[in-house]
Amino acid sequence: MNEFLQIKLLGIFSLGMNLGWALLMIPLLPLLGFLSLGLFGKKYLKQSAGIFATLLLAASAFLSLHIAYGYFFKYGKLEGAYQKIIPIQFTWLQFSPGLSIDLGILLDPISVMMLVVVTFISLMVHIYSLAYMKGEERYPTYYSFLGLFTFSMLGLVMASNIFQLYIFWELVGVSSFLLIGYYYDRPSAVAACKKAFIITRFADLGFLIGILILSFYGGTLDFNSLIEKLTSTNSTEFKTIASASFVGISALTWALVLVFIGGAGKSALFPLHVWLPDAMEGPTPVSALIHAATMVVAGVFLVARLFPVFSMSEVALKVVSIIGIISALFAAVIACTQTDIKRVLAYSTMSQIGFMMFSLGVSGQAGESGLGFTAAMFHLFTHALFKALLFLGAGSVIHFIHSNEMKDMGGLRKYLPITHITFLIACLAISGMPPFAGFFSKEEILLAAYHHNATIYWIALATSGLTSFYMFRLYFSIFWNKEYIAHGEVHGEGGFVMMMPLILLSLGAAAAGFIPFGHFVTADGNLLESAFHLQFSIAPVALGLLGIFTAMWMYKKQNNRPDTIAHSMNSFYKLAYHKFYLDELYLFVTKKILFNLIGKPAAWFDKNVVNGLVNATGNSTVFISEKMKGFQSGKVQQYAIYFLAGVIGLAVLFIYIWK
Amino acid sequence: MMEPGLNHVLFVSTALFFIGIFGFLTRRNLITMLMSIELVLNSVNINFIAFNKYVWPHKLDGLFFSIFIIAIAAAEAAVAIAIIINLYRSHQSIDVENTEDLKF
Repeated sequence: MNEFLQIKLLGIFSLGMNLGWALLMIPLLPLLGFLSLGLFGKKYLKQSAGIFATLLLAASAFLSLHIAYGYFFKYGKLEGAYQKIIPIQFTWLQFSPGLSIDLGILLDPISVMMLVVVTFISLMVHIYSLAYMKGEERYPTYYSFLGLFTFSMLGLVMASNIFQLYIFWELVGVSSFLLIGYYYDRPSAVAACKKAFIITRFADLGFLIGILILSFYGGTLDFNSLIEKLTSTNSTEFKTIASASFVGISALTWALVLVFIGGAGKSALFPLHVWLPDAMEGPTPVSALIHAATMVVAGVFLVARLFPVFSMSEVALKVVSIIGIISALFAAVIACTQTDIKRVLAYSTMSQIGFMMFSLGVSGQAGESGLGFTAAMFHLFTHALFKALLFLGAGSVIHFIHSNEMKDMGGLRKYLPITHITFLIACLAISGMPPFAGFFSKEEILLAAYHHNATIYWIALATSGLTSFYMFRLYFSIFWNKEYIAHGEVHGEGGFVMMMPLILLSLGAAAAGFIPFGHFVTADGNLLESAFHLQFSIAPVALGLLGIFTAMWMYKKQNNRPDTIAHSMNSFYKLAYHKFYLDELYLFVTKKILFNLIGKPAAWFDKNVVNGLVNATGNSTVFISEKMKGFQSGKVQQYAIYFLAGVIGLAVLFIYIWK
Repeated sequence: MMEPGLNHVLFVSTALFFIGIFGFLTRRNLITMLMSIELVLNSVNINFIAFNKYVWPHKLDGLFFSIFIIAIAAAEAAVAIAIIINLYRSHQSIDVENTEDLKF
């Protein structure tokens, strides 16, 4: 086994053997949970499935903290810069002496940070689900799917080459599909999971083509050598990929834009976002884990992973930042009009991912200009904490009230005190109020945008004001406003098991901003001191406060102001309420155009030509046998005559003709 | 008086053979059909004996063949009669025209 894996320990970093195994165990423990619960869960682990999976994940989370500590504080640095370490690698498929697909683990600041985020959020969700999913029919299945997802996500962030990343990329897609469709007896959930899978799969086609172009020109699939070859302007690889062009755009840009399309599909960026709000059909903890904190930021992670290559193509970066800012604004506007609390959170996720994306798009590669990169990663980190918290809080509300609709909620602060406080912290964090986590990361993003592109900065500023408005609209409608209307038995706030993740996450959402992120995660591995400008943060905070007070004015007490305002902007409100009719547009394109132009002719061809050939074979056989079956009359003497005739015929043949 | 030659005997056996075939094809009673088959077999027996006597008088192969055929014919008659009895039990008849169940 050891020899097969060929675990290479890089001497200079003196990663101990134990550390290598610990690293392997991080993704393998959730995989073990998936396999054992998937195979034996229904029979033997019906009751203990949750505890079992949670313990495995706790071990995995502990190991990732251990690795992160070791990486950031002990052996990650070489001459003041964080290195990319590949502690484990082996050749999987050898195509030719020059080209092979390897499997390996790559440790660098972003993958180590993602390890911590994924295992921590996943652990919180596992714990929360112990109470939330209790008594479900397919309880072990749920935990086995969570294990599969965690395994794939960890594999994705640790992948040492782009093809390995692609494999795990598809695996997270599958596990997301399985978990959205967890309530498979609900037609809407089935439709949502198919939609999510098809749209992301469609985007992944672009990703695959991008990978093929990159590896064709780069001659390798490994991130390290790919980045090395494609970023030095003198290398032959760079020269060929930059000079090869198609419709006036260089192959490098094409490849990066295609890769970005894959990332945009997974990260629900405009215009491929339509699956994300529907994905809220899944269980709420799943939305917290997959559709808020981890899987949907895979696109951001992908761009960050290939960031040195992206920074070689100005056009590609421009595309990233434009799509990012459009998504941020677009989703924020829609979020202001939605009434389903999970959908509001989904659009808010999309908007925040847009923030991360344009922050990457405006970033430079090294030094001070790399602020955008650090800010995007920082925002990814803090967003995972507060958005998971928001979703888990929403889960707690839904658990209490048995409804997703905002109009059924109100006055819940008296009944759900812990949920109320933690939800408030998360709302303040996402609105960028100091000193909560979102303030610091959003400030950095805005700062990076300010230095790079004024238009993007102003749009982002407006969007952050909108963010605090729709978040506090949600907050006031849930916890203040009128009295609630419960749809089912009312049973108080969830127990300790459900509250503990909320409390832990709210601590994170409150304090994570004080982590000096520039010391750990930067575009080039060197330390980046984040300069803090007081006068710069006045505008966003003031806008945030304005958003909060507007929301308070409109939603704290029940009144008719929201209706009046909605009425006064009638057509625009309707447009936003119907999500700018993008779903309808997609349906028109697929159902009317694609279906009529491609689907129907193909069906005709199948029915008439393909089926026709098969039917003709069958029909002719039937026809011939119909004619022949008269011979088998059941009359013994007739058979005897045939026999006799046959014998006489043969006799004539042998005697007179063949002699 | 002339000694009968091979041709005479073959003439008799051929006549017997075709009488048997004709009987098999035209009679409706299964027992009679069975008897017709016996006629065919016996015509073959006569052929064997005749060839043995006239062509290879010092050998016994033809003789043994006819003894085998007689034994097999006996066995065959037993089987056929068993079938006919069963047929009678199920159909209350041994008319071959009533046994047309095994068709398409």
